[in-house]
Amino acid sequence: MAATGVDVGTPRTTAAAPATVRRARRLRPPRVLLHAFLIVTVLVWLAPLVWTVYTSLRPYQDTFRLGYFSIGGHYGFGNFTHAWNQADLIRFYGNTLIVTVPAVILTLLLASFVAFAVSRFSWKFNVAVLIVFTAGNLLPQQVIITPLYRLFLMIPLPAWMNPSGTLYDSYWGLIAIHVAFQTGFCTFVLSNYMRTIPHELTEAALIDGASVWRQFWRVIMPLCRPALAALATLEFIFIYNDFFWALVLMSTGNKRPITSALANLQGIYFTDDNLIAAGALLAALPTLIVYLTLQRQFVRGLTLGATKG
Amino acid sequence: MATVPRTAPAGPRARRRARKLTRTDKIVLAVMVGIPAALHIGLVWVPTLGSIALSFSRWEGVGGFDTIQWIRTLNYRQIFTIYPPFWPAVRHNVIWLAFLFLATGFGLFLAVQLDKRLRMTRLYQSIIFLPVMLSLAIVGFIWHLVYAHDDGLLNNLLGTHVDWLGNSSINLWAALVAAGWRHVGYIMVIYLAGLKSLDPSLTEAAAIDGANEWQSFRRVVFPALKPINVVVLVITAIESLRAFDLVYVINKGTNGLELVSVLVTNNIIGEASRIGYGSALAVILLVVSLVFIIPYLIVYFRGSFAGRGAR
Repeated sequence: MAATGVDVGTPRTTAAAPATVRRARRLRPPRVLLHAFLIVTVLVWLAPLVWTVYTSLRPYQDTFRLGYFSIGGHYGFGNFTHAWNQADLIRFYGNTLIVTVPAVILTLLLASFVAFAVSRFSWKFNVAVLIVFTAGNLLPQQVIITPLYRLFLMIPLPAWMNPSGTLYDSYWGLIAIHVAFQTGFCTFVLSNYMRTIPHELTEAALIDGASVWRQFWRVIMPLCRPALAALATLEFIFIYNDFFWALVLMSTGNKRPITSALANLQGIYFTDDNLIAAGALLAALPTLIVYLTLQRQFVRGLTLGATKG
Repeated sequence: MATVPRTAPAGPRARRRARKLTRTDKIVLAVMVGIPAALHIGLVWVPTLGSIALSFSRWEGVGGFDTIQWIRTLNYRQIFTIYPPFWPAVRHNVIWLAFLFLATGFGLFLAVQLDKRLRMTRLYQSIIFLPVMLSLAIVGFIWHLVYAHDDGLLNNLLGTHVDWLGNSSINLWAALVAAGWRHVGYIMVIYLAGLKSLDPSLTEAAAIDGANEWQSFRRVVFPALKPINVVVLVITAIESLRAFDLVYVINKGTNGLELVSVLVTNNIIGEASRIGYGSALAVILLVVSLVFIIPYLIVYFRGSFAGRGAR
């Protein structure tokens, strides 16, 4: 697992070994107690998920007959296929994709621009720019939502971009606010990262006559790959998990991404707890896949941002 | 971010090079900063100022700007005196904040335990971290199944018949448990990264001096984690001010689950579109957020601990 694999600080295993060995021998009963405590904690942590998975695997008829807190009856994926077909989930995954992919790419690109400019060059307003971006990202979304909502209604879009003719209720608007909001966080992380790249590298490029753009694209960006990979994973999850922006800035239920569509589907298509369980798990599936495959990147992105200082 | 001191880019070398920039280079740089800044300021800071301005107005949102009436502080006075859900919402937000700080403490405790050379520590970490990946909306659905009245896990395990989400005197606590379930893993991971970045000789020295585990944590480890503590403080505070998704999924933030964020939203997507009122509530939220954001920015950008965070 990755949570421990965050590459921060010095390797400590060797240095810490003798002390720990000594302590471990002396504190054996506390160690047992600690494991007991951790096992209980982990079981409590897993219980809601296990319950959800268990409920989703049982047909409604069986739980109706036996009760939800029971064993027996049939088990299968019927609720999943039912939820998938009835609620037309593929459409909502598609909506998520339309918003998430461009938003992540644009966020990283624009954040890299700013981070490059403020971390590699000396401008009068470097710190001011960074403060604006950092503070903006920390604001609660509700602080800006009322004027933003009015603003989106006022900005016209050509019909080919949105049939209703405004930024409101369009994918463009949703992408724009995600990019605007998330750029703050990524700028902050990337500028810290770029600061650690030695100046000699860009100087060498400069002597070779490379333009600023070339320095950025050919020298700095390739060196930022680890940070960009971590941030891409993190931002994918952040934007995928967004509930609020899509709820307020998207009025057509059928156009909403899956996370915010779920609330509407409940009651219309997901009528019993078994279907709700299956629907929730299906909606969480991409995040669970990331958890299983890219957890290391995700944690790295999280801690890059949070332990920035 | 350690290797380069924060002030380094402003050194003589950087300045000399800045002069060597061609006209094209300067234009390229201006565009690189200008486009993202315009987008960010236009969609984040302009609306923030808009909230402040509109909070002194009455506007139904229909018609142009000329239909806006300026009413000074009337919205605020009404919110503080005669708007029934306001004070309950503030109380709920304060409880939310206090509870998340408890969860933060638990996250720190787990991080310290799991940072030990411990068998299966990665498995433990992985499981406690799992809810962090889920959206708060999904967390709401999952806990809805746990809290269900007759069919829920909790009532069946305890043999009780409590209406966890329907009873307005306990549903806030039920929601908080669900929020804490996610928050603990988040904090744990951040502290684990912080603990890894500490110099192990610190605790070794403490151990040689005869400090026990608690003393070593209290006197050596916790103070050394100061940069992380500041970040965690901000994260926890902002998370509790942002709290919205979970209560909205449970019951649209009504009946005991009112939060300031929900009241703001109700004034735009609810039946009555009261823009001035919603904006005034948003400004109250803004002021409280700034109480946490500004000290954080001062501490960070003064560079008082630059380079001591995670690398």
